[in-house]
Amino acid sequence: MAQEQQRPYNQGEIRYLTPLSVDNRKKKYCRFKRSGIKYIDYKDPEFLKKFLNEQGKILPRRITGTSLKFQRRVAKAVKRARHLALLPYVTDLMK
Amino acid sequence: MNKYETVFILTPVLSDDQMKETVEKFKKVLTDNGGTIENEENWGLRKLAYPIENKNTGFYTLVEFEGEPTIVAKLETAFRRDEKVIRFLTFRLDKYAAEYAIKRRAVRQAKLEERAAQEAAEKEAPVAPVVEEAPQEAPVAEANEETKE
Repeated sequence: MAQEQQRPYNQGEIRYLTPLSVDNRKKKYCRFKRSGIKYIDYKDPEFLKKFLNEQGKILPRRITGTSLKFQRRVAKAVKRARHLALLPYVTDLMK
Repeated sequence: MNKYETVFILTPVLSDDQMKETVEKFKKVLTDNGGTIENEENWGLRKLAYPIENKNTGFYTLVEFEGEPTIVAKLETAFRRDEKVIRFLTFRLDKYAAEYAIKRRAVRQAKLEERAAQEAAEKEAPVAPVVEEAPQEAPVAEANEETKE
């Protein structure tokens, strides 16, 4: 960023004296609350994969943004799916 | 009376007839003990996510039923006694799960009909195959997401 601003041909663009803070992180939200999902199906491994990392571990709430209530349900559903061999307990490069 | 659903996996060594016979046997256990079967789904031979009893595939069956809580114990004893069953899971449907189950059934039915229609159409006029046939569960999963999000 800083290097780009110093290039001479970059004159047409607006320059800032102080570098802008790059803080455009999206606010996390609970997808279940937002879209009104009330039941998480353990029979749908493709959906549950959104909450797993590539080793098949359940992702923490701080990454997915799921609310506590639904994180518990996601965990339950994932564990049921694992029991039925719809999802692996341990793996590498799942996606 | 509660609503339940049970998913069980049968060994892949069975022939199709044996498989159906076994499923019928468990359905009979349910009906004999005062349960009513609401829905049955045969997911066919699926790959297991990890080997169970040195097997990598299994026949999945889903049965939704309604009955008294005592029926579950009887069904599970039957599962344990039968060595053709390699895994089972029984789950009580709450209000939201029951709603979802009905929706899922409708979606699945629609998909099956669509596929049947497509196959019929392909038979009539053999066109170059446009899309690869997706694995069995994929269309259902996609459809669920559309409704969910």
